[in-house]
Amino acid sequence: MAFLEAVRLALQTLRAQKLKSGFSLIGVFIGVAFFIGAWSITNGINVYMTEKFAGTIIGVNTFHLRRRPNFTPNVSDSMWRAWARRPRITFGDAEAVAAGLTVPVLSAWQSSDNVTIEANGKQVRDADVTGATERYFEIKNLPIAQGRAFSAQEARSGVPVVVIGSEVADKLFAGRDPIGKSVRIGGKPYRVIGVVEPQGKLFGFSLDRFAVAPALSPVQDLVNPPGVVDALIVKAGSVAQMRDAMAEAEGIMRSRRHLRPRQDNNFVLETSEGVLEFWGGIQRILFVFGPALVSISLVVGGIVIMNIMLMAVAERTREIGLRKSLGARRRDIMRQFLAESVTLAGLGGALGVVTGVLLTFALKAVSPLPTTLSGVSIVLGLMLGGLTGIVAGVYPASRAARLDPIVALRQE
Amino acid sequence: MSLAQQFRTGDTPLPDIIILTHKLARAYDMGGEVVRALRGVSLQIRRNEYVAIMGPSGSGKSTLMNLIGCLDTPTGGEYWLNGQKVSDLGDDALARIRNKEIGFVFQTFNLLPRATALHNVELPLIYAGLGAKERRAQAAQALERVGLGDRMEHRPNELSGGQRQRVAIARALVNDPSILLADEPTGNLDSATSGEIMEVFGALHRQGQTVVMVTHEHDIAAHAARVVTLRDGLVATDQRQAA
Repeated sequence: MAFLEAVRLALQTLRAQKLKSGFSLIGVFIGVAFFIGAWSITNGINVYMTEKFAGTIIGVNTFHLRRRPNFTPNVSDSMWRAWARRPRITFGDAEAVAAGLTVPVLSAWQSSDNVTIEANGKQVRDADVTGATERYFEIKNLPIAQGRAFSAQEARSGVPVVVIGSEVADKLFAGRDPIGKSVRIGGKPYRVIGVVEPQGKLFGFSLDRFAVAPALSPVQDLVNPPGVVDALIVKAGSVAQMRDAMAEAEGIMRSRRHLRPRQDNNFVLETSEGVLEFWGGIQRILFVFGPALVSISLVVGGIVIMNIMLMAVAERTREIGLRKSLGARRRDIMRQFLAESVTLAGLGGALGVVTGVLLTFALKAVSPLPTTLSGVSIVLGLMLGGLTGIVAGVYPASRAARLDPIVALRQE
Repeated sequence: MSLAQQFRTGDTPLPDIIILTHKLARAYDMGGEVVRALRGVSLQIRRNEYVAIMGPSGSGKSTLMNLIGCLDTPTGGEYWLNGQKVSDLGDDALARIRNKEIGFVFQTFNLLPRATALHNVELPLIYAGLGAKERRAQAAQALERVGLGDRMEHRPNELSGGQRQRVAIARALVNDPSILLADEPTGNLDSATSGEIMEVFGALHRQGQTVVMVTHEHDIAAHAARVVTLRDGLVATDQRQAA
């Protein structure tokens, strides 16, 4: 008997017993829906992390010279206290490293804090206010949409000018041209000279709520103690050049801090690799718990289907006997019941895929989770459903196939 | 029984003999106690015979019926069906024989309740591996043969007892089997409907169909041309009669 015939027969039986069939595929349904959803979330965050997050926060081929790492999973208290005791990165450090690097790189100072920006009686609270040097825009890949960035001269002399993010521009100036207007940051006036192109969102947080002013402008008093920067950002043309620049920067810093060979660095050179490592840690956890949850629902779903199938075999013993008497071989009966359980599980799987896909889009629409649907997960989801059906169906089907036709026919 | 072949182990039945059992035995192990249901039944049925097998309960007629129907395998002796020795065939081969050579008619009809008459009749053809189109055509033809051409899309619960049994007969005939094997075919029918079904059997016999019928009712057995009576697992009488 052709497999398609068996599936058609299975669908007939399922249609006749809608409620029971409905309940029996819930387990597989949940398992597959969860599988697709979890996959989409993990996949989405992964794409985000590698493409956007690491690139946005740190930058490609870029390292940050900092007192301590910015992205750190589970730091112990003692480690944290040790970091807090480290000397800060001073203007002098940043200058010396930038001047001492022989590899062709771009570098900029960066110090940030959350400060309120005001203009026209409106305010943007907790904007990300940064004091930086002129290369900052280039390194962070922040194209200017309107106006201009500040020059090296402006950065060095600390002119109170500012480049703002698009959200800040929209909130404070509501459609009017902000260039040349004045905003107040920490109570001091700055002239707006540029607006950066919209950068979108990251985990639901706007990337356009910021302002960048020259590092030596009055903004330096808002973001750091005197003479201190958060980071020196260095961007190289390639990974190899970045490694070389990092080695040089490390040497310069160690000699400036008079560290003996056996002493550890009391600063850190952070790259996007570090961020990705952090994400990798989270991902490993997801890769353990995700499949565990999925397998639990599939196992439960499989057991339910197996029970339903055993009931079906018991209920239809006479039918099995009849089919055997009409010429059905063991493998025909086996195939019939396997097809039924695979159809059940496959149906649950298909519903799960649909739900998972909807869930993916729903999550994307209403939550900041950057879900990304992957075709692989749909195929795998359906396969998992079908596989559950096969595994759950083998025992009931082989029981049906082994029935003695005489005994089966005699059953009431 | 002068017409019977003198059969010895190792022989092959004459081509005209469609069923030949030689010292057919079937013993059951009932928890250590061996019950010998058949104790050496030698029987020959020719093509186009109409045979009734009778006997009191416990005589072995159900066992013989199961063996002839290839639902069971003997523990001794030989069984030849349509020139093929089937007594030592395996499970799948027996399924094939049942599909090709035997048309079953049961006392309780054994129709699939949710399937239409047409689909019920199609069942053996599914296992014969026929395509859907051909199946439908043959099933429709078989239903017309038993006078149910206008009831093809009806489900069993929309049919009378007699009509159900006729669907079952159509199903038994659809594969053009060597023998029509009926087990108490009128056991669940009133006498008027029984007569109707017997007429169908009679007509099929006249068309050349070999019919073997197990019954315990004498007036049903009276329709057959030959009555074999079993007693204690052996053939007690074997008589031809005017149909």
